[in-house]
Amino acid sequence: MKQSQKNVSIAAWNAEQHLNQVVKDMPPSGIRKFFDLVSEMKGAISLGVGEPDFVTPWHVREACIYSLESGITHYTSNKGMPELREVISETVRSEQGLTYDPIEQILITTGVSEAVDLAFRATLNPGDEVIVPEPCYVAYTPDILLTGGVARTVPTRLENEFRLQAEDVAAAVNDKTRALLLSYPNNPTGAIMTRSDLEDLADVVVENDLLVISDEVYAKLTYSGSHVSFAQLEGMQERTVILNGLSKSHAMTGWRVGYVLGDPSLVGAMTKVHQYTMLSAPTMAQVAALEAMQKGEVEMLQMKHEYDLRRRMFVSGLNRIGLDCFEPRGAFYAFPSVKAWGLSSEEFAERLLKEQKVAVVPGSVFGPSGEGFLRCSYATSREELIEALDRIEIFLSSL
Amino acid sequence: MNEILEILSENAKATSSEIAALLGRPEAEVAKEIRELEDAGVIRKYITLINWEKLDQSYVFAVLELKVALQRKTGYDAVAERIANFSEVESVRLISGDHDLSVTVRGKSMKDIAYFVAEKIAPLEGVQSTCTHFILRSYKEHGVILTEKQRPQRLVITP
Repeated sequence: MKQSQKNVSIAAWNAEQHLNQVVKDMPPSGIRKFFDLVSEMKGAISLGVGEPDFVTPWHVREACIYSLESGITHYTSNKGMPELREVISETVRSEQGLTYDPIEQILITTGVSEAVDLAFRATLNPGDEVIVPEPCYVAYTPDILLTGGVARTVPTRLENEFRLQAEDVAAAVNDKTRALLLSYPNNPTGAIMTRSDLEDLADVVVENDLLVISDEVYAKLTYSGSHVSFAQLEGMQERTVILNGLSKSHAMTGWRVGYVLGDPSLVGAMTKVHQYTMLSAPTMAQVAALEAMQKGEVEMLQMKHEYDLRRRMFVSGLNRIGLDCFEPRGAFYAFPSVKAWGLSSEEFAERLLKEQKVAVVPGSVFGPSGEGFLRCSYATSREELIEALDRIEIFLSSL
Repeated sequence: MNEILEILSENAKATSSEIAALLGRPEAEVAKEIRELEDAGVIRKYITLINWEKLDQSYVFAVLELKVALQRKTGYDAVAERIANFSEVESVRLISGDHDLSVTVRGKSMKDIAYFVAEKIAPLEGVQSTCTHFILRSYKEHGVILTEKQRPQRLVITP
């Protein structure tokens, strides 16, 4: 006869008890609340979208469709399609003068997001610190925490147009600091780092023997001069891991294709983690990425030109209506100050949404140093930007 | 390429103040340049692209391919200009290949166009043959896909 389990007291199942403590303690994204508010609102204009408004160019989509028709549906090698790595190697060499061996030094990832995670996981031991300039994209700190590392945030400031200052980095370094994260052109500020800004940092980096993890996903969207990577500074290539992708430059966010460029041993370590978690980036997306990198330059430049036109119009419009905004030189964000209006950035954003139906993201979502600012994306049609400016002006006159 | 023309070619309604804001230039300067482009005949007309197929009462369009005898001195110009004068004619182009002129014609009905070709175009001195292609459906005009469905939506807020 089957034994009864009377003696064992059965506690109610509590999934909470089975959660990882780091995940449990992780606060939900500050964007969530606004997402819910905007989703329910009819007729709202959203300047809160961190992706291009363009659809991926047709020839790229068509190349993917053709690959599916041809049955190209298998895994690729862990590091990604050899042809794609070769074309990336060639592009980076001709555009930035940097040489990366497509076999040893390039890894294709599932978006730059995966690349960021891999970089931390492959390099940090528990307790290791990473310097993270703020305000910044929302994923860095949680990704560092998940590895058991510590994110040491360093504020950037309006008076420096949100460029990272070497002395701030030097002041944040301690004997546990292993890496410096760079994210320029920057989301949310639109700031870029010039060659001389980076050279100032290089001294601190070398002195403290830091690894530099450089997220350059907005590199192509640089509107004054061309993007300079930390890896382009003399002697800095080997201690820099470049993370890049096609999401922003080629309007390919949903495809999830990114890539890593770096020292063979670093890329090798990241490949190990990638191999056991992702195996390989989606094949059909890699095919599309190959087409975009080989033949997508014309559309890429057209989109960049359109962002640049909107950038001028929108930033001058913000300043005209009374929201002070420095000139963002990269990405597709304007980061105006609301400090003169006596509201916190969250209050401002919430009231603007409720009263005039314009959605922006409060700067505080991107870290405490973003408080007092709003992130406004100009990856939105000209008509909507003009309408949004009108509505913000009405809102300001009601304050 | 002239940036003002690029903007106007996409949107004939763009005002000088909007264009000035997009380009970061003074409005007066932009307005002056537009006037100069108009005076020089570079800007010929500000047109509106209409999807006639959305309307109950529409027009009929046809493309005519003409073979034309080359004239001493005037080449194709004299015939082409005579054809261009008809108000039914929307465009006249000299083309390479089997035919010489490609002519777009707009009429109220197929019969209208057929009569127009028979009475006005075919008898012209120099026109050796005509071939009329009625347009059954237009998929794309001036870079705009007319059959496009609703655009896919983005998430309203993303980091």
